Amino acid sequence: MEQFTDRKYIIGGLILFVAFIFTIRLFSLQVIESSYKLSAESNTRRMEILYPARGLIFDRNNLTIANNQPSYDLRIAPYQLEEFDTLGLCTILGIDIQSLRDGIKKTIEYPEERRNAFIKQISPATFGKLKEKQYKFPGFYFSTRTLRKYPREIASHLLGYVGEVDSSNIKLDSYYELGDYFGVSGVELTYEQYLRGEKGRRYKQIDVHGREKGSYRDGRFDSDAEAGKDIYITIDANLQEYGELLMRNFKGSIVAIEPSTGEILTLVSAPSYNPALLVGRSRQVNYEILAKDTLKPLFNYAIQALYPPGSTFKPVNALVALNEGVIVNSTSFLCFRGFHAKGISVGCHEHKTPLDLPHAIQNSCNAYFCNVFIRIIDDRDFKSNEEAYANWRNHLVSMGFSDPLGIDLPYEKGGFIPKPVYFDRYYGKGRWKALTILSMAIGQGEVLTTPLQIANLAATIANRGYFYTPHVIKKISGEESIDKKYTTKHQVSVDSTYFNVVVKGMELAVHEAGGTSQIARSTKFIVCGKTGTAENPHGEDHSVFMAFAPKDNPKIAIAVYVEHGKWGATYAAPIASLMIEKYLTDSIAPERKWLETRMLESKLKYY
Amino acid sequence: MKSQNTIFATIDWLTVALYFALVIFGWLNIYAVTYAYDDASFFSLQNRSAMQATWILISIVAILVIFVLDGRVYSLLAYPIYGFALLMLLSVLVFGTTINNSKSWIVIGPVSLQPAEFAKTATVLALAKFLSGFNIKISRRKDILTTFIIIFLPVLMIMAQPDFGSTIVYGILLLVLYREGLPGWVLILIISIAALFLFTLVLAPITLLILLVSIALIAFGLINRKYSIFTLSLIALGIIIAFFALIDYFNVLELTKYQVLALSLIIISVIGIILTFAKKIKGVYIILLTLILSIGFTYSVDFVFHNIMKKHQRHRVNVMLGLESDPWGYEYNVNQSKIAIGSGGFAGKGFMQGTQTKFKFVPEQSTDFIFCTVGEEWGFLGSFGLIMAYVGLLIRLIFLSERQRSKFSRIYGYGVTSILFFHFAVNIGMSIVLFPVVGIPLPFLSYGGSSLLAFTILLWIFIKLDSSRKGYML
Repeated sequence: MEQFTDRKYIIGGLILFVAFIFTIRLFSLQVIESSYKLSAESNTRRMEILYPARGLIFDRNNLTIANNQPSYDLRIAPYQLEEFDTLGLCTILGIDIQSLRDGIKKTIEYPEERRNAFIKQISPATFGKLKEKQYKFPGFYFSTRTLRKYPREIASHLLGYVGEVDSSNIKLDSYYELGDYFGVSGVELTYEQYLRGEKGRRYKQIDVHGREKGSYRDGRFDSDAEAGKDIYITIDANLQEYGELLMRNFKGSIVAIEPSTGEILTLVSAPSYNPALLVGRSRQVNYEILAKDTLKPLFNYAIQALYPPGSTFKPVNALVALNEGVIVNSTSFLCFRGFHAKGISVGCHEHKTPLDLPHAIQNSCNAYFCNVFIRIIDDRDFKSNEEAYANWRNHLVSMGFSDPLGIDLPYEKGGFIPKPVYFDRYYGKGRWKALTILSMAIGQGEVLTTPLQIANLAATIANRGYFYTPHVIKKISGEESIDKKYTTKHQVSVDSTYFNVVVKGMELAVHEAGGTSQIARSTKFIVCGKTGTAENPHGEDHSVFMAFAPKDNPKIAIAVYVEHGKWGATYAAPIASLMIEKYLTDSIAPERKWLETRMLESKLKYY
Repeated sequence: MKSQNTIFATIDWLTVALYFALVIFGWLNIYAVTYAYDDASFFSLQNRSAMQATWILISIVAILVIFVLDGRVYSLLAYPIYGFALLMLLSVLVFGTTINNSKSWIVIGPVSLQPAEFAKTATVLALAKFLSGFNIKISRRKDILTTFIIIFLPVLMIMAQPDFGSTIVYGILLLVLYREGLPGWVLILIISIAALFLFTLVLAPITLLILLVSIALIAFGLINRKYSIFTLSLIALGIIIAFFALIDYFNVLELTKYQVLALSLIIISVIGIILTFAKKIKGVYIILLTLILSIGFTYSVDFVFHNIMKKHQRHRVNVMLGLESDPWGYEYNVNQSKIAIGSGGFAGKGFMQGTQTKFKFVPEQSTDFIFCTVGEEWGFLGSFGLIMAYVGLLIRLIFLSERQRSKFSRIYGYGVTSILFFHFAVNIGMSIVLFPVVGIPLPFLSYGGSSLLAFTILLWIFIKLDSSRKGYML
């Protein structure tokens, strides 16, 4: 081994070589070049982050829904601090000497958090006063950023809000730094990467008195902030505002969709709140108040609440039955003020009997749809009830009733359509049949859906058999198109020829004597609608209504839920009809003004 | 018979003196950095120097323990210690605390430790143990493999944290292998590939191309040792550099980097053919082949990096390499460090008089960038003195290693030397902007308990081995 002893010279030589290079470098840095010394003398420069303005949000008609207002943060450059009139500063800022000391101490001790402002979002008045006397307080300077402003103060759930990043965000996305803002919910979150823009930096040369002496090194290290991209959402701001007004005394939601595109026209979740509450210094306080409210105003009922669909589900069962050939349009069933068999009774109201399919939808006959459901589930074409049920369920899945639909808003819930195993586990394999789960015939029992899914059902019926995934994005400026997901047509598994009879039934419900939804009738266009009364264990039934209009070439499909509003026709149908009228004709006809007044003045008690 | 007296007689006092000089000098600089204002209670940051003083005391206790133990334990327990270190590295991945995006800390009460710092010592012990084994030859393929596995196991685990700085330290152990007989060309090959890889990511493709072509042409000149050919090469080099500079500067042709690549390969081939036709020119094909392979490697790394890796992965690599960095911006940091050191001048501003250090223009001032304080407050004299102290220590360690009778001690000594050398070179190199920023501490000077204690243990085990070298042969 000793033959390698000579290699110690090479290793030693390497060490000497590195030391030699270092020495030369140090000599040139420290002795030959004097510029660094000079540079250090005036090394009072300051890096300022230039915060981009957040992209604006417009509605489908280019009306501004969210824009920006300037806000000023007071910051400290610790190396420029000199003796100053601490009392004077405290007086202007309205703080005590201790918080001033703590603030200064913090900026010195945690320089990496230097960008974290001393005082955030100073009021304009204070800003004015301090700006005037800034020369007295060397080392204090302002940074400008923007906060959200809502000219119309609507659509709070949909827009979401902007908050400050925490360490987990910073870890996930290197764009963020301490003190940055980002979209926490709603559209602000979904389209955060477009809205946020690019931050810039500017290095400024500062003289000993803290005055700016221009840019550092001719701005070699500077970069400009790039404003976020504006986005256009599919909401009709006027309709949204009207919807929020109609729902002001209720708990529930309105979802309106343009059937031909899947664009959301209105998304109301009531109770709502003013989006301006969650902006600026008072955000934290207001947020807590809202979070503690027992009516859960922060909860987006339109896409997160699960309800039994009630009778709005009947058209679905009709469609599946037609598609499976177990009934035809003229199939009639008797109704004995309900459906009665083997100890099971489902009540019904007084109406003519027997009825064919369109009239059964018109009258919302429970007995009829119990028979329809039995025919679907006990279909002899399938080997077992289970298979027939699975087939029925597949049709529902194709209509978007199972998983979340995929709207571009965070935290959307999916519905609940039990899989066959669910009943197997509950009743035992092969030990359940149509009668066992009969309440699903009329949209009760296990089945749960979100208001968005019911609105999507209305849109699907309006389109006679297809839908586009509901979405709120219309355009992102600078982007060619929106996500393909929202421009792909979804054909449901029920053949489109079967839809017309259901449409007919829904038309009769509104426009013919005896219909359950006559209150939604308009003289100017044909409304097709279906009421629902969703039983629930928490109290009075929910009032539900789904509709679309006009009958041919529909422009709007809508679902309205009013919690504990009892009958579909009591609140949900009037509200939906007013929304439709407002959207299609831009106003409410004088002969229907009374209905609007009644809705605005009704009050329901919620706890 | 050995007594305390013999230990004192056999200990290498020069190394001990250099060690304490560095530690004390380091503490003074940490004190200077963290001492902020006259009103100490108001703008207090004293706790860092107090913390460091505590760690110095702990280190002294560690030294005493090392000296009380028999020198043979390190060889006997080399593998268990190595195994334990791996276990610690593994557990830090599970139970560790994440600081600065790296899961590398174990926090026990008020103490936080970085197992990666201690793993170095363990790895060097295991390496020494293995290589000093009976009938182990570093030139044999099987033994090389085992050697590399010993080195790579901790590297893999540290990569997972991830802690880029602590990972690349292990590369320097090649020096130990070199001393023990690893063929020289293996060393050069590995270093060249690593350098090429690093340069590919750090330098612009055109710059690297110029660099590679330059090396090739100079190699032509050198191999042929003929004045005319050497001149020819230099002229060709000048033309090529001018050509690329023009393309780069004016970007007249608006070429993509791959078109530039194609163009340059054509030019190089033409030059190669011309040279082949000239008489008695040696090494044309081998150099041309190496050049083309290097360029191919460069561009495939570049391609993988920019086209296959995802944005966040790229970002991570860039951050590791210091190309994209902390919120303050890479250029800004580096520039601050340069200004701080440069402003020290010949004699420095004096102890605690540095203005750049006081206001934390340079981040991590007391940890990785401690050399800035040295440069600013102690000037060229102080910095040079510090470098000389390190050189003295490293050369002394080589000397000590060579005088070991046991192979284990010698290899261990070279391991200590290499690791200290690497930290010294990379840390100061980055402070004076000869190196991209890699966050590794300056041994004995930087603030940080784990690193001080780990370096102390690393060095003092060797001092102990050296002092008892005559007592036994291992």
